Amino acid sequence: MIGLGILKGMAVTARNFVGSYFEKDRLITVQYPEERSPLPENYRNFPFLPYDGDDPEAGLRCVACKICEKECPPQCIYIIKSEDKKPDYMGKPQFYPAVFDIDISVCMSCQICVEVCPFEAIKMDKVYELSRRERFDALLLRKGELSKSNIYYHSICPTEAAEVDAKLAEAAAKKKPAPPASPAAVAAAPPATA
Amino acid sequence: MSATIQTLEPAERPPTTMGARLEGELMEVSMGPQHPSTHGVFRMNVALEGEIVRKLKPVFGYLHRNHEKIGENTSYLGSMPYTDRLDYFCSMTNNWAYALSVEKLAGIEVPERAEYLRVILAELTRLQNHASLLGFLLSDMGAWGTPLMYAFREREKILDLFESLSGSRMMCDYMRFGGCRVDATSDWMERAKKIVDAFPRFLDEFENLILSNEVVIARTQEVGKLSADLAINAGITGPMLRACGVNYDVRKVDGYGLYPRFKFRVPLGEHGDTYDRLMMRALEMRESVGILKQSFEQIAAGPIMNPKVKIRAFRPPVGEAYGRIEAPKGELGFYLISNGGTNPYRYRVRPPSFINLTVLEDLCLGHTVADVMVILGSVDIVMGEVDR
Repeated sequence: MIGLGILKGMAVTARNFVGSYFEKDRLITVQYPEERSPLPENYRNFPFLPYDGDDPEAGLRCVACKICEKECPPQCIYIIKSEDKKPDYMGKPQFYPAVFDIDISVCMSCQICVEVCPFEAIKMDKVYELSRRERFDALLLRKGELSKSNIYYHSICPTEAAEVDAKLAEAAAKKKPAPPASPAAVAAAPPATA
Repeated sequence: MSATIQTLEPAERPPTTMGARLEGELMEVSMGPQHPSTHGVFRMNVALEGEIVRKLKPVFGYLHRNHEKIGENTSYLGSMPYTDRLDYFCSMTNNWAYALSVEKLAGIEVPERAEYLRVILAELTRLQNHASLLGFLLSDMGAWGTPLMYAFREREKILDLFESLSGSRMMCDYMRFGGCRVDATSDWMERAKKIVDAFPRFLDEFENLILSNEVVIARTQEVGKLSADLAINAGITGPMLRACGVNYDVRKVDGYGLYPRFKFRVPLGEHGDTYDRLMMRALEMRESVGILKQSFEQIAAGPIMNPKVKIRAFRPPVGEAYGRIEAPKGELGFYLISNGGTNPYRYRVRPPSFINLTVLEDLCLGHTVADVMVILGSVDIVMGEVDR
């Protein structure tokens, strides 16, 4: 009978309409600014530089080796190595980035910089409300904006941050036969540079 | 749409089927690139006689981004995130095709668990691609909203799975040479199983909703017929080829990955018209659900990365390789030539939707303008892949 197919379709529509009031599976919309679905732990959006301790300058793990700058597929990282060296947490003098910029209008969040970094110095962030009034300088993040504390890293990726801390502590223990007593200081030390 | 009146000499006037009284000028209409039914920035120059299409010329290139040249100027790994942006509906299968061709080039073994993960993700990709294609096709026919929203609801669940595994919903960048980047937790597997188990209910509903609908049947049957000979000669692959009745599925022919281990059938059409192409997607989704269920049973714990593969300074030996997979849209291949450096010497993509689009004129001749949109929708194109 002609029209039967349309009626069958209507029945499906009615079932979905009524079902959306009772079944979570049929209505998955989230009313965004008021409600937010939780981000999964693996979620990634734009890199940041974690630092240990309280001082974003002294605690930065980056030693300006420029590997991420070289490997970045869209070439959005810009680093200038420092002239002098500053002591890191273990007291070993290291270079540091005098300039570290990431142009997030170019960055595609592929996390290759995180994978190639041998110092655990760059990690993926989870920020997503990043609209700016201006699209050139405002989207070029400088070192100050990129540095975020290790505590923040623990708050966004607890499992991964704990793994990283354990790895750094192990490397520090290998370097120094007698590790410092406080676990926080161990966690803060950068790994062996060899 | 911009229209220009074009007068043809009587000799070059195409034969008309509607009798002598319609003999007149052909009107050349430029459809696109901003037309909402062209799935992105695709343009067709159609010559119309009344409402009948007499000539059709596709115009590509509005979304050209130099993908191949970029691939030749970045490292092998650096091209991986760019492949996500080819066919942005199916980044997982794009990653797999690229990883497969580099693995062939460098002779890299992939651990078994990684192969299972790849199969699971590729079949999930096929589910969400075909579901959204059916939704788009129906909205091209005028069923605005309802079917597309139902399809996107299911797609949303699969994209959430991708997000919690790879970190991004569409730009997954998940596969690496010799394995996968992140391991799936048992929690993720449970969620995926639940979604796959619930998927046939959506398929039943969707088939009830559209496939017996008289309007859909009238709009799709006998519209845009493609003969098997032409399909083979034009290099058509994927569901579009199988809708003509040609039994060719790279999963069966090549047996790449772990596909020989799974039991699944390849659905075949008979008429090669739009309705068959539509049905082909619906049937393939059922087979994909079967493959997913088998792989959830068979997957075992193990490593997901080949430890021998270096991330930095990856230099495959001199040589060339062509890796291909059955992407949701057809045969997706990457052809790479290595001269021993860190960048490929030549990097070529064989995009299924671009090659499937080459027969568009043959499908559309003699049909009305309204049918052109339906035929174009059934080809299943994504402009990111067509223009690269």
